[in-house]
Amino acid sequence: MSIANDSVFSHIVQAPEDPILGVTVAYNKDQSPVKLNLGVGAYRTEEGKPLVLNVVRKAERLLVDDNSRVKEYLPITGLADFNKLSAKLIFGANSPAISENRVATVQCLSGTGSLKVGASFLGRHYHEKIIYIPLPTWGNHPKVFTIAGLSVKSYRYYNPSTRGLDFQGLLEDLGNAPNGAIVLLHACAHNPTGVDPTPHQWDQIRQLMRSKALLPFFDSAYQGFASGSLDADADAVRKFVADGGECLAAQSYAKNMGLYGERVGALSIVCKSADVAARVESQLKLVIRPMYSSPPIHGASIVATILKNEEMYREWTVELKAMADRIILMRQQLFYALKDKGTPGDWSHIVKQIGMFTFTGLNSKQVEFMAKEYHIYMTSDGRISMAGLSSKTVPHLTDAIHAAVSNVA
Amino acid sequence: MAQLIRSGFSGRITKSGVLGAARSMSTAWWSHVEPAAKDPILGVTEAFLADPSPNKVNVGVGAYRDDNGKPVVLGCVREAERRIAGNLNMEYLPMGGSVKMVEETLKLAYGENSDLIKDKRIAAVQALSGTGACRLFADFQKRFSPDSQIYIPVPTWSNHHNIWRDANVPQRTFHYYHPESKGLDFASLMDDVKNAPNGSFFLLHACAHNPTGVDPTEEQWKEISYQFKVKGHYALFDMAYQGFASGDPERDAKSIRIFLEDGHLIGCAQSYAKNMGLYGQRVGCLSMVCEDEKQAVAVKSQLQQIARPMYSNPPIHGALVVSIILTDPDLKKLWLKEVKGMADRIIGMRTALRENLEKLGSPLSWEHITKQIGMFCYSGMTPEQVDRLTNEFHIYLTRNGRISMAGVTTGNVGYLANAIHEVTKTA
Repeated sequence: MSIANDSVFSHIVQAPEDPILGVTVAYNKDQSPVKLNLGVGAYRTEEGKPLVLNVVRKAERLLVDDNSRVKEYLPITGLADFNKLSAKLIFGANSPAISENRVATVQCLSGTGSLKVGASFLGRHYHEKIIYIPLPTWGNHPKVFTIAGLSVKSYRYYNPSTRGLDFQGLLEDLGNAPNGAIVLLHACAHNPTGVDPTPHQWDQIRQLMRSKALLPFFDSAYQGFASGSLDADADAVRKFVADGGECLAAQSYAKNMGLYGERVGALSIVCKSADVAARVESQLKLVIRPMYSSPPIHGASIVATILKNEEMYREWTVELKAMADRIILMRQQLFYALKDKGTPGDWSHIVKQIGMFTFTGLNSKQVEFMAKEYHIYMTSDGRISMAGLSSKTVPHLTDAIHAAVSNVA
Repeated sequence: MAQLIRSGFSGRITKSGVLGAARSMSTAWWSHVEPAAKDPILGVTEAFLADPSPNKVNVGVGAYRDDNGKPVVLGCVREAERRIAGNLNMEYLPMGGSVKMVEETLKLAYGENSDLIKDKRIAAVQALSGTGACRLFADFQKRFSPDSQIYIPVPTWSNHHNIWRDANVPQRTFHYYHPESKGLDFASLMDDVKNAPNGSFFLLHACAHNPTGVDPTEEQWKEISYQFKVKGHYALFDMAYQGFASGDPERDAKSIRIFLEDGHLIGCAQSYAKNMGLYGQRVGCLSMVCEDEKQAVAVKSQLQQIARPMYSNPPIHGALVVSIILTDPDLKKLWLKEVKGMADRIIGMRTALRENLEKLGSPLSWEHITKQIGMFCYSGMTPEQVDRLTNEFHIYLTRNGRISMAGVTTGNVGYLANAIHEVTKTA
């Protein structure tokens, strides 16, 4: 007698599309010649094409031509050079935390992977299982932390009426958090709002957090991409490290080196002592090994090649600044176009916000309208990727926004 | 009140009153964190690298070496990389990975003309090599069959236990290796299959069992498949060595094909780490056979939901290498030749090691060295004997006595045989 071979998974329903990546799916289905993808945060040139940085191409060719290179497994913690250079990049070459060997750095799968490994480590070893995330935040954040066993709460961040920072709300909510709770901070170019605290505000945040022993977990996905300066964009993180306290930092090279699909990133945990850092690193390995054994070698090798070569590093900073500058230009163009058209509303937030995204303030109905009538795609929270704009497409977007705010409540 | 707070982790300490900025800034969060035990496999290579002896031999981790003991990048891989370097873009792959790579990968496991592929009944996503594929399955199993357990063979790759433990899926074991014969304990295996509750989940090594190198025969696979049908069990195949075991990928997939013929809705974790030498690129695939296309779409969408909060989407480079090779007839032919070359060298080393030991007049039987298949030989040595090999002869292997044959060369096989003989002759 044989038991009917039904699938043990027949009860499974189809999962909804990822809200961010699903935008590209919808865009791809659209046949319109004027369609515009302002969804996922991947940089595009003025011609609307993906960009591989010249310095990256150069690095890749160097690697492939080097016949001594092999494809062996990396250690669980990843490429050692890459880890050291990544820590230097974010914490600064002169960081005492680095010279005192107090930083445990592991290579991870871009920003997502770094957050995931950090969150899993915290879920396992940290006494407070609550993490505070800003409202709003990147759509994938809540899931990453929840699955790691942390309970997710939010703190006020964005003020819709000013389209700026709700600083009082932020201070209140963090002030009310239980001592020792984890706090997720966007290092720069907050995603999705583009609203960052000023240096003075960062200082107040830092002091409040230290007074309550709140543990900072930085998500740094746009270093160099926000202002065009790698150092300026890391300033908030560095000030936290400079006060001697501990923190976590997740770094991504997806945007600032254009390595998106290569999945290159790093998680650093700044500890009180070298001894603690060594033990922390050993425990990070136990998180990583049952997940994917060791990280992918290719992207990290490219990064290490560039960061350790002075000339290539310089080339990189130039290309990076060019990307940041083009985005700033798009912001200005869009702002002035809307102004000239007399589109109702205050659109100054477009030039006040920073980084790849603008939180337009459009509501989901308006967003739907723009997709349907103008073939312009963005996430339903009204977030547009400025990187997807060009001077040629700014007029089309302007028309669409104008129509949306005029016709759709 | 400059009381130094040593551990910020202990809830007692921090909650009992952090008063001023000065005191709280001396809080350390991780002081209580214990150093983790070294990974039993990867720790071996670490120790090997640290050893200054000129005679040292690494037969620990399962990474292929040529006859000079050097790692190998396959010719087909170098060519594929040349085509990629600086030319292709690095955009995000979809969450499910490279469609082309997955398509080609399914053909390898299920057959070029598989009806299951034609009928779109297989839910498949690119994964982070074999580890990543197993982990995706384990997390999926936990989410959608929350009350299930996983039956794992004894012994198995040590990381299998870590994977299902971290996925919070309870583990049971089933008999597999027969220490006395250094072969398969088929009778006990079948008993365990029969005694497991109906509808249990089993992890099976498709070929070249790691660490023993002991595989069921075709007849035995047929019996296992039949019994699985009777019991309604679920079979997850971990196939990390297709092509690498016998030299022929079709032959190495035989166990899977037997199950498919019997109508099982299997799961399959595939890796290109060894058979394409792509170790550090982390390229693999998880596939699950479903009842129909609709179910396959649903299952795939759920697998993507598991991948998204883990790493968003998988790395592109290795996937490009695989698709370029498998879709170019000349490169594919070259790959098949190179994979057979690797398998043949290992088979040659098995013969050489056995012959050397027999020539030394070892009192023990070393027949199992040539009967076992794939990268590993389960030597039968005890941990104490392994420790002697390491301490006295600078030979590195895992303490379960597993020898990676890929690390054996014509240059070191004599030294290795001699050392093994020394530590086992009074066994």
